[in-house]
Amino acid sequence: MKIVIVGCGKVGEALISSLVKEGHEVVAVDKSEEKISEINNIYDVMAVHGIGTDCEILSQAGVDKADMFVAATGSDELNMLSCYIAKTLGAQNTIARIRDRAYNENNLGFLQHELGLSMSINPEKFSAFDIYNILKLPSAVHIETFSTRNFEIIELVLKEDSPLSGCKIMDLRKQQKAKFLICAVQRGEEVFIPDGNFELIGGDKIALTAAPTEILKLLRSMKVTRKQAKNVMILGGSRTAYYLSKMLLASGSSVTIIDKDPVRCHELEEALPGANIILGDGAQQELLNEEGLADMDAFVCLTNIDEENILLSYYASSKEVPKVITKVNRQEFVTLANKLGLDTIISPRRTITDVVVRYARALQNSVGSNVEKLYKIMDGNAEALKFNVQPDFKYINIPLKDIRFKNNILLAGILRNRKAIVPTGDDVIMPGDKVIVIGTGHILYDLADIIA
Amino acid sequence: MNRRMVLNTLGHIAMAEAALLVLPLIVSLIYNEGCAAAFLITIGICLIVGVILNLTSRPGTKVIYAKESFAIVAYAWLMMAGFGALPFVISGEIPSYIDAFFETVSGFTTTGASILTDVEAMSKGLLFWRSFTHWIGGMGVLVFVMALIPNMSDRSIHIMRAEMPGPEVGKLLPKARDTAKILYLIYIVLTAVEIVMLLAGGMPFFDSVVHTFGTAGTGGFGIKADSIAGYSPYLQWVIAVFMLVFALNFNLFYLIIIGKIKSVLKSTELWCFVTIVAISIGVIAVNIHKMYDSIEEVLRFTTFQVSSIISTTGYATTDFDLWPGLSKAVLMLLMIVGGCAGSTAGGLKVSRVILLIKSVFREFKKLLHPRSVRIVKLEGKRVDEQVLTATASYFVIYILMIISIFILLSIEPFSIETNLSATLACFNNIGPGFGTVGPTLSYSEYSAFSKIILSIAMLLGRLEIFPLILGLNPLIWKKR
Repeated sequence: MKIVIVGCGKVGEALISSLVKEGHEVVAVDKSEEKISEINNIYDVMAVHGIGTDCEILSQAGVDKADMFVAATGSDELNMLSCYIAKTLGAQNTIARIRDRAYNENNLGFLQHELGLSMSINPEKFSAFDIYNILKLPSAVHIETFSTRNFEIIELVLKEDSPLSGCKIMDLRKQQKAKFLICAVQRGEEVFIPDGNFELIGGDKIALTAAPTEILKLLRSMKVTRKQAKNVMILGGSRTAYYLSKMLLASGSSVTIIDKDPVRCHELEEALPGANIILGDGAQQELLNEEGLADMDAFVCLTNIDEENILLSYYASSKEVPKVITKVNRQEFVTLANKLGLDTIISPRRTITDVVVRYARALQNSVGSNVEKLYKIMDGNAEALKFNVQPDFKYINIPLKDIRFKNNILLAGILRNRKAIVPTGDDVIMPGDKVIVIGTGHILYDLADIIA
Repeated sequence: MNRRMVLNTLGHIAMAEAALLVLPLIVSLIYNEGCAAAFLITIGICLIVGVILNLTSRPGTKVIYAKESFAIVAYAWLMMAGFGALPFVISGEIPSYIDAFFETVSGFTTTGASILTDVEAMSKGLLFWRSFTHWIGGMGVLVFVMALIPNMSDRSIHIMRAEMPGPEVGKLLPKARDTAKILYLIYIVLTAVEIVMLLAGGMPFFDSVVHTFGTAGTGGFGIKADSIAGYSPYLQWVIAVFMLVFALNFNLFYLIIIGKIKSVLKSTELWCFVTIVAISIGVIAVNIHKMYDSIEEVLRFTTFQVSSIISTTGYATTDFDLWPGLSKAVLMLLMIVGGCAGSTAGGLKVSRVILLIKSVFREFKKLLHPRSVRIVKLEGKRVDEQVLTATASYFVIYILMIISIFILLSIEPFSIETNLSATLACFNNIGPGFGTVGPTLSYSEYSAFSKIILSIAMLLGRLEIFPLILGLNPLIWKKR
């Protein structure tokens, strides 16, 4: 597909990188000449120097033939305007990054409709939603719910003393009553799709698929906490903090937000009745202790500085706060943070690229293949895809054990008549099913791609 | 330094050369010539080297930087010429390897300087290979490989930049591979059109193909002792026009394909090129009009020689060494200017000349009004200061290189005119010069040492100096 991206900042560049990897033809537009030559050197794209609201520049970038147009500059208004122009010039689908609270809460629908936007993306809101999902089930590090809500993927880190450590996967299902499947394991920096003989050890990060009720059963038998976090401390009063607090407050949790900017604090106080807003420097450990860090169920670090987030999260985990969530923007720091024992990392940039890549694949589906949903799991090292099974799929009604799948591919679930099946070798795929496939190292467009 | 990636790419190139050698093999089989065996042996050697390089160096990462691309381009060109010379030696038609190497370098760099004293005695297969090297070298070996191999590297723009001539290399399409494909497509279509036009004028098929290769790559290897002089006026006009066409920036053809004819007509470089050609033709025509009988003849000879020299092809329809001093001086100037950026031609490139002249005028203005702010524009767009500096330093090193090669060449017992024109003709990838290396003579008089120097000059000129010097610099192979 032809994709034009305006604005090559942090978000724009992350989008370029993943869309090029997906094999799309990408044209990047930015007003900084330096940025443009850098992009030109690193990625296989065409880079155009100019402003995204200039018709001349946009037609030079070929928006008239673009299947997708993304405006991801720092300015909401510029994004909306350039999407509008692109749409008028003939771009098929336009996506604008719109962050401002006023636009998002009061008239987003109106704006989207009037500007002809296909989607608006708000990284802060998406990350807040991710964090909220985790806080609902604090033992997980990451949760994805497949739209029908009867099937979830959760990622957990096994503690050293976990009852699962040292178990082989084939023995697990016999031991546990719950129906579940371990679909991916991350050890160090490597991601495996495990088979029955795979032995788990403490420190592994595992991804499980199961129905939500089964997950609760499983967690109970694994003796891990599954209570929602009730007392949450948030450091940094960013937009993400605002969206997150709003959701937490609505679900009845108590929220403490610490920020050192008085103006910001007053705004939050006004917008979030019921939240406890503290004006102060979160880097002072004394302040954190005074506000009761040790009694918190969860500590969320959302300042704009990665280093500060990592260090303070480390401090919080040393105070044995049960759940610590760290926002890390730069991908390089994620492994570093993991090494310090911080397992729950939120990266707004990754969240946003996931959404856009998912959208791009969905667009391609209408052209022929049939991916319905795509989720990146294990820090983006593996993918979970949901496919609709078409009647002409070749391997219908054949027991799974007789089908030869490609390496590093796992059929993790079959959704039939609103019921989730965790498949065994005797199950079959039927027309009209939706199947969930986990893969690493492949780019899958069609269900047929998973068969060797 | 990603050594594995460099070696791996070289492996691909060796295999690509093996594939390219199949064509002359077929030609020699059709004409039932003995040199077929020579081609077979060379194909075998290329394949073995290619497979070994490919198997022994599987790159861990495909990430390359400017350094790697310089090394890839420099070694790829040396390797192509090294292997390409083998058929001449093995078949015994050019017994000395240095002579054969000179001939092949001259082919790939689209120079067209020859050491052969009797071209017509060569077998058809080898003549075809000689001209085919022009065609391959014109657009670039690596651009060709890039068009063929998917996912060579995300950063293949570096390689393209190192191999393609001109001050700035842009992409026509978002993906480097698609850009390489479209460039080759334009190239192939133009080549086909010329072959058909030559056939229509009654030129034999083999001659048409060979001469088209020579024109398309702006090379200039012929198959007749008198170059193009023996063909009909119609054929001479066709070749003259096509030499100019291949000296134009290929981006212009792409713009025509996508229907942006207006932006083509606005191109500053195009108009400068046309003006230079027109003025040169005018001056030379007035200067030589007494030497020929009819006006048509004067015009035909001047146009052909001017387009042959400015496009850095090097075909001739008359012995321009006999022309008066002014005409020769104009031709020598055209040698330096060369074709447009992004074409198959050599030389300094018209767009560089424009940039240099504009920067000089800016300096004048700056001296008069020290605080004035001025930017240099080309094609309606502001030119980055970095590009201006790079152009100026390219010009300096270009002059320095020419001086050094001229001095080394002056050891030979020839006139200054011969040596200087030989240097310029090789460095700018033209071919024939004046005096002893004039259009009716050859480079066979030069010693082996000078032939090596001139081979290096041709490579430096084709790759625009920096990639070759930096790529062969052993320091960049150092581990970090």
